[in-house]
Amino acid sequence: MSRGHRPGHRGRGHEGHPSSPSGERTLVLPGEEIRAHGLKPGPGTYRTGGKVYASVLGLLSERGPVVSVIPLSGRYIPKPQDTVIGTVTDVQGTFWLLDIGAPRWAPLHMTGTPWKVEVGETDRFLRVGDAVVVQVENLDATGRIGVTMNGEGLGKLDGGTIVRISPARVPRVVGRNGSMIATIRRHTDAEIVVGQNGRVWVGGSPEAIHRVREVLRIIEENAQRSGLTERVESYLLATTPTGLRGPELPPSEHAHRDLPPRTLEPAESDEEALEAEEESSDRETTDQP
Amino acid sequence: MGNVGAKEVPELLSPEGLRIDGRRLDELRPIKIQVGSLHNADGSAFVEWGANKVMAAVYGPREVHPRHLQQNNKAVIQCKYNMAAFAVDERKRPGLDRRSQEISKVIGEAFESVVFAEEYPRTSIDIYIEVLQANAGTRCAGLVAASMALADAGIPMVDLLPAVAVGKVAGKIALDLKKEEDNFGEADLPMALVPQSGRLVLIQMEGHMTEDELAQALDLGVQGCREIYEKMKTALRERYAVGPVGGSA
Repeated sequence: MSRGHRPGHRGRGHEGHPSSPSGERTLVLPGEEIRAHGLKPGPGTYRTGGKVYASVLGLLSERGPVVSVIPLSGRYIPKPQDTVIGTVTDVQGTFWLLDIGAPRWAPLHMTGTPWKVEVGETDRFLRVGDAVVVQVENLDATGRIGVTMNGEGLGKLDGGTIVRISPARVPRVVGRNGSMIATIRRHTDAEIVVGQNGRVWVGGSPEAIHRVREVLRIIEENAQRSGLTERVESYLLATTPTGLRGPELPPSEHAHRDLPPRTLEPAESDEEALEAEEESSDRETTDQP
Repeated sequence: MGNVGAKEVPELLSPEGLRIDGRRLDELRPIKIQVGSLHNADGSAFVEWGANKVMAAVYGPREVHPRHLQQNNKAVIQCKYNMAAFAVDERKRPGLDRRSQEISKVIGEAFESVVFAEEYPRTSIDIYIEVLQANAGTRCAGLVAASMALADAGIPMVDLLPAVAVGKVAGKIALDLKKEEDNFGEADLPMALVPQSGRLVLIQMEGHMTEDELAQALDLGVQGCREIYEKMKTALRERYAVGPVGGSA
């Protein structure tokens, strides 16, 4: 039995279109035979006895010469350049271990921070339970994940709350060219950071956090449907804070953060490309803020 | 019927060849599978199979605890089967016992032969099976639930793993024994099948049967597994249904 590809190396930025001409998306289950008609078995598949089978639950995808299965569930599989949100699980003399929802904890070395950290003084900067935004730098063959906090929009997160969503749903939360997240930001006074690992940090008034949490739930539950942006927008419009609760406080009074506003690059996962097709109906209404 | 004393053997097979619950010899009990019942787990499933109720949760791949079990070339699969104290009529003494250790071991090993563990070196895939109500065949129900939970957790594997027990009741080979048949029958033979390859990755037997009966039992079990396999696939498809493009906004 031979696996087509190494795991965790879902190649970045395959451009192109799912070659299924009708744009039809086929759900496959582990053990199901895939009609590969001569295509190379890719991630999420295996070959045995001259036949190709799915190894994970997901959507069938044919790109160029490769047939693969895009997982619909499961843990976050890190990719270099991904911006992720983690929480500190362990503090060592020269590094911290972060839980980023991946199969392994990711070490953040003290040199990978914007701070001047002395050996043994790591716990003066980050402690167990603290939340951070970091970027995945590299992965090695053993699954070790290297992360850095040096870069724009990276750093420690103070206050706020972290909402967990399925990593497979991140492209939906971000939306095409960031349209969905722009819609949410426009209608709430919350500060939002979306990690590619399915962790969303939300800062602001308790009410704003509640509304964003609710929006994320709506997106997760309706991720497979079209017209998602409209659905979210109508929720946000229906719950727009009224004067009844008194004047709204600016977010800065609640979220004690010293970081610049973050700009999110559009999601680039495999699924995004697939979902872009069905999202075309959303596009007109949300591209211009 | 009234109260059946422990020594009184009920009539397990009617003159018409029907079993105590009216099933034919090759008939399964009704099965209901719900995928994704638990929010905190990476994958989960709840299986109601006859009067059995079994919950399975899968966590991982994640860091290995305890650390010394870590393997450099693959994920370790840790399975824990447990039966609740209230799962049976007489209170079961809670916690680990020889029976649950054995079942944990054989189920874990069954999954080791289908999961692509080498994809996640130095990690652990943890499977928890909790039997909430028991009525014979809980290891098979647990295995089915765990298999669904693994698929729900996005774990790569050769195939789903349907399982069923075949037994010998009143001299006849019968599929999917219920409690009375298990208690008063002559043999019990649980098995788990990899439908893709036709391999059996779990097989145990208690009691006695002839070689011919064993062959017949294996055939019946494989047939039963294939029937359960279809139900498992249906449950997963329902959970992950790809909504119609252009559905309600």
